[in-house]
Amino acid sequence: MENILFLSTFVFIPLLMLLGLWLARNINQVRGVMVVGSSALLLLAVYLTISFLGARAAGATEEMLYTGSISWFTPLNIKYAVGVDGISVAMLLLSAIIVFTGTFASWKLKPLTKEYFLWFTLLSMGVFGFFISVDMFAMFMFYEIALIPMYLLIGVWGSGKKEYSAMKLTLMLMGGSAFLMCGIFGIFYGAGGNTMNIIEIANHTGGAHAIDFTQQCIWFPLTFIGFGVLGALFPFHTWSPDGHASAPTAVSMLHAGVLMKLGGYGCFRIAMYLMPEAANELGWIFLILTAISVVYGAFSACVQTDLKYINAYSSVSHCGLVLFAILMINQTACTGAVLQMLSHGLMTALFFALIGMIYGRTHTRDIRELNGLMKIMPFLSVCYVIAGLANLGLPGLSGFIAEMTIFVGSFQNADTFHRVLTIAAVTSIVITAVYILRLVGKILYGTCTNEHHLKLTDATWDERFAVICLIVAVAGLGLAPLWVSDMISTGVGPIVDHIKDVAAVSTSNPFL
Amino acid sequence: MIQIEYILIISAVMMFAGIFGFLTRRSTLAVLLSIELMLNSADLNFAVFNRMLYPDGHEGYFFTLFAIAIAAAESAIAIAIMINIYRVLKNISVDKLEKMKW
Amino acid sequence: MEYTLLILLLPFFSFLVLGICGKWLSHKTAGLIGTCVLGVVAILSYATAYEYFTMPRMVDGAFETLTPYNFTWLPFFNENLHFDMGIMLDPISVMMLIVISTVSLMVHIYSFGYMHGERGFQRYYAYLSLFTMSMLGLVVATNIFQMYMFWELVGVSSYLLIGFYYQSPAAIAASKKAFIVTRFADMFFLIGILIYGYYCGSFGFDFDAAGFAAGGFMLPTALTLMFVGGAGKSAMFPLHIWLPDAMEGPTPVSALIHAATMVVAGVFQVARLFPLWIEYAPNTLSIVAWVGAFTAFYAAAVACAQSDIKRVLAFSTISQIAFMMVALGVCTEITTGHEHHGSLGYMASMFHLFTHAMFKALLFLGAGCIIHAVHSNEMSAMGGLRKYMPITHITFLIACLAISGIPPFSGFFSKDEILTACFAYSPFMGWIMTAIAAMTAFYMFRLYYGIFWGTENKELHAHHTPHEAPLTMTIPLIFLALVTCVAGFIPFGHFVSADTMAYDIHLDWGVAGTSIVIAVVAIALATYIYKGERQPVAEAVAEKLQNLHRWAYKRFYMDEVYQYVTHRIIFAHISKPIAWFDRHVVDGFFNFLAWGSNALAYQIRGLQSGAVQKYAYVFFIGILVLLAILVAAI
Repeated sequence: MENILFLSTFVFIPLLMLLGLWLARNINQVRGVMVVGSSALLLLAVYLTISFLGARAAGATEEMLYTGSISWFTPLNIKYAVGVDGISVAMLLLSAIIVFTGTFASWKLKPLTKEYFLWFTLLSMGVFGFFISVDMFAMFMFYEIALIPMYLLIGVWGSGKKEYSAMKLTLMLMGGSAFLMCGIFGIFYGAGGNTMNIIEIANHTGGAHAIDFTQQCIWFPLTFIGFGVLGALFPFHTWSPDGHASAPTAVSMLHAGVLMKLGGYGCFRIAMYLMPEAANELGWIFLILTAISVVYGAFSACVQTDLKYINAYSSVSHCGLVLFAILMINQTACTGAVLQMLSHGLMTALFFALIGMIYGRTHTRDIRELNGLMKIMPFLSVCYVIAGLANLGLPGLSGFIAEMTIFVGSFQNADTFHRVLTIAAVTSIVITAVYILRLVGKILYGTCTNEHHLKLTDATWDERFAVICLIVAVAGLGLAPLWVSDMISTGVGPIVDHIKDVAAVSTSNPFL
Repeated sequence: MIQIEYILIISAVMMFAGIFGFLTRRSTLAVLLSIELMLNSADLNFAVFNRMLYPDGHEGYFFTLFAIAIAAAESAIAIAIMINIYRVLKNISVDKLEKMKW
Repeated sequence: MEYTLLILLLPFFSFLVLGICGKWLSHKTAGLIGTCVLGVVAILSYATAYEYFTMPRMVDGAFETLTPYNFTWLPFFNENLHFDMGIMLDPISVMMLIVISTVSLMVHIYSFGYMHGERGFQRYYAYLSLFTMSMLGLVVATNIFQMYMFWELVGVSSYLLIGFYYQSPAAIAASKKAFIVTRFADMFFLIGILIYGYYCGSFGFDFDAAGFAAGGFMLPTALTLMFVGGAGKSAMFPLHIWLPDAMEGPTPVSALIHAATMVVAGVFQVARLFPLWIEYAPNTLSIVAWVGAFTAFYAAAVACAQSDIKRVLAFSTISQIAFMMVALGVCTEITTGHEHHGSLGYMASMFHLFTHAMFKALLFLGAGCIIHAVHSNEMSAMGGLRKYMPITHITFLIACLAISGIPPFSGFFSKDEILTACFAYSPFMGWIMTAIAAMTAFYMFRLYYGIFWGTENKELHAHHTPHEAPLTMTIPLIFLALVTCVAGFIPFGHFVSADTMAYDIHLDWGVAGTSIVIAVVAIALATYIYKGERQPVAEAVAEKLQNLHRWAYKRFYMDEVYQYVTHRIIFAHISKPIAWFDRHVVDGFFNFLAWGSNALAYQIRGLQSGAVQKYAYVFFIGILVLLAILVAAI
């Protein structure tokens, strides 16, 4: 019971923040509530990480720590069950960092600041709830809680074709949810209809596996696509460019930084973990799709002219790599996938924050109209270069370790099919360099020809703070990856072993 | 002794006259009248069946009385609505009342 | 030798300090921090070298490989594979430490004068520190992955330094090109590493033969892929196109990165994996030799026609690095000791790397002084500068003689060893390389006469009289010139050889004599053509071989080919269609879904007309139909 309270704090703090925001009278109180709340979340996440590492070091070998559950809806055996392993701790830490920096990135947002932060907090509550849950239904519910505020946040505070984008994003993600819901109920009834708890289903003792093979083959694609839509799986990624382009800064940050990770996390934790045989049988189809995502996103990014579109396509490419890696089903690649989630979350948030700040000054995101910003806003430009370099995998920043772990892991699958796809994915590092350098060269270097831009000012303290926090996180992860990757690996290990143990060698892959 | 069929024929005529009126009249008032006609035909049936087939029971009469009361309330409300509609639209023709659709 | 860690850490901290706090430091402080740190690094490197080479040898006479540090930086959760970071000292890495720290220190000092008063002076020193750190990390890498990591870092520092003048479009384009071309090559390197790691079961240089035996042809493939990576960094044809453009960066940077250190990373990589090449892929090694030979020839030919002095030097660098590659490629065995052994090329290559780093840095720094004096890169703005800049003139001449292979300057010794190795491999290769050596002498003296003799651009010089460079710039020149004079006499074979055994270098006078004669002839030819005030011969030749000259001047249109491939094919025929496909087909499908449901809804809503009587009518008909069915059922 203590455990359940400990982890539930991640949901209670946003609830308290909502209450505080509701009572707040003026903008300073709103900001106060946000800063206190998001700092509390960040501290809590750090504390959780430390105590989790401590517990692991002390020899706790359970798959999930701090577990606890209370019954919620007995007729369907739905429980509010919580628990964390290495993956979720990493994700909680990521979410806390992004919420914290997102608060500062939207410091001066107008109008309707209070309402904006209300929705923003609700969104983060959904995210935190998702990562602490181990009950499929609770997860699904938090997932929906995280999705709905997006509509309003983009539709009201967005820019450009915001109504269209908000509608498109919400409808596509809701479409994904519909698949997901079918999948979840399929798993629930397939596993005997006794429990919604992921761990219990996975460790079901009625035979080699919990769910009948033919059933798995129906529910696996549904679940995978359901989460895959959020993880920008080709060809369900098209909400991402429009959605990100229209969303306000902090929402883009939270969405690309954390929400897209829900997809990868869900695919791994629910689709692959609970239906290992189907994952083996049908994984190749998705593997091809994700490999396409990786290369396709990168190529598309090369010719975009809107800063946010470039980053959105780059996200498609990088998130494709996450799904690509988890489908490789080995510990190295899957750890790499989680590292990539972390790394992409941080650096894409950094990117969106910077784009938002540049856009807030120049009022254009068209790279043909921007040039020579290095001279005008040196701080933002230098940070932009750092973000770009992280994106293209500069050693010492987070992108490198994630990509290398994924590539080394993927290459351990010795057959030609996996090898060819791995090499295809490796080509993305060159294409990434092309679009990043094109971007940096066009907008930052050179001489500024637009006299309106000459008068612009560099970042203010709140913007600097947000950006520096993210850069420190990116560099920290890149310079000292050992503890993070060890922590993640303790979470990934049992899942990968489970998938490998249970899965028969059967596969319908015609390329093998 | 009046045969039950005679009364039922009257009731049927009233019912179909009501239906016909309901479907064809354009004036909302006339439609309302048609509805009353149909209700009365149903009332008549209730009363007749009770009187002729189950002389010991009273449910048919009760039902008739209820229906009359409700019909009265209903026409009051309906007429009130019509007056309001008339104020807004200057018209109470049924086929003009499409504001809330489409 | 625990202090070797400082060699890596000091420049890193200097980078952080200068990068983060540079804004608040004065130019002088920033420069001093960078230079002092580099001074300490240089001293530590020399100490390392002294201690390492004076250390007692192992029983069989070979140098021991020391690993003062090695720890797992990133585990790959695989029994054998892990990403280690550490420091490995063996003869070639120690030799590289000396080269890098010396040249880097010289460049740091030189930049005081050259970059004086430039905007972004602190940033410049920060980048230099970053580069030095990465390059040092590359050479002391304990495993191929660490090497790759620092390999990428040097690529980025090179990118940043080439694009230092970020307001000049040419510099931006050049930096982008350099990074993307080398990145493209690095992709092959990475794939090579992945194959290597899988079959070797390790990323280390401690080779596991059993794994490779199982791998079959995979090892030669992996090595070839890694060589492609090395070819990208070392500017081998056809991946050389970035190097000439990289000259857009500040000249000291060209001296450090694009002449002395980073560009030899590819050679170093092949040398580092040399035991593997010899043992498991001896046939594939000839690819290295022939790629090198072709590049050497191509670059020498282009260098003869360039008019920008830095471009000439850039092509000369490409050509000289190709010499080193050839030397590695012509090796046939690893054991040393007997006369005309097959691993002579290894030693020769490393020797040439060493001497070339010194005299090419000298050439570039000299070119920097000249550019500083006349404010132009074009030879037409120069001519007759020997009166104005005596120190630069003398040191430049020494370097030219060294690169042409005239004794007693260092280049003669190393180049002679390379030619000997080539003749031992095949006479054909030997004669080709000798001919290229002659071309080298010719174009270097064409350059020399073009700058210091020839027609003086009086108009320009009257407007702005050229002057000798300040002391901070001439001291490095003098130092490097001294090194160039004496380096040839270092008994290099005692320190570096393929199996780390000591052996004495024998000059093969047959080869040496030929190459001296040929070089002298080439120099004489250059003197005849270019020394005079007017150059009728040069013009006549250019006139006669108009097409050839134009092709060579345009570098045989390699850049245009790349331009075509990248812009026309990749951008216009891959990226654009993909972006279009995404917006119109994939996205179009979802928009179509949305439009479809919308259209369907419009169709259905006709039923909800709001006409009460219509509803009643449908209702009534419905009842009749139901009744009819009921009746029919009964």
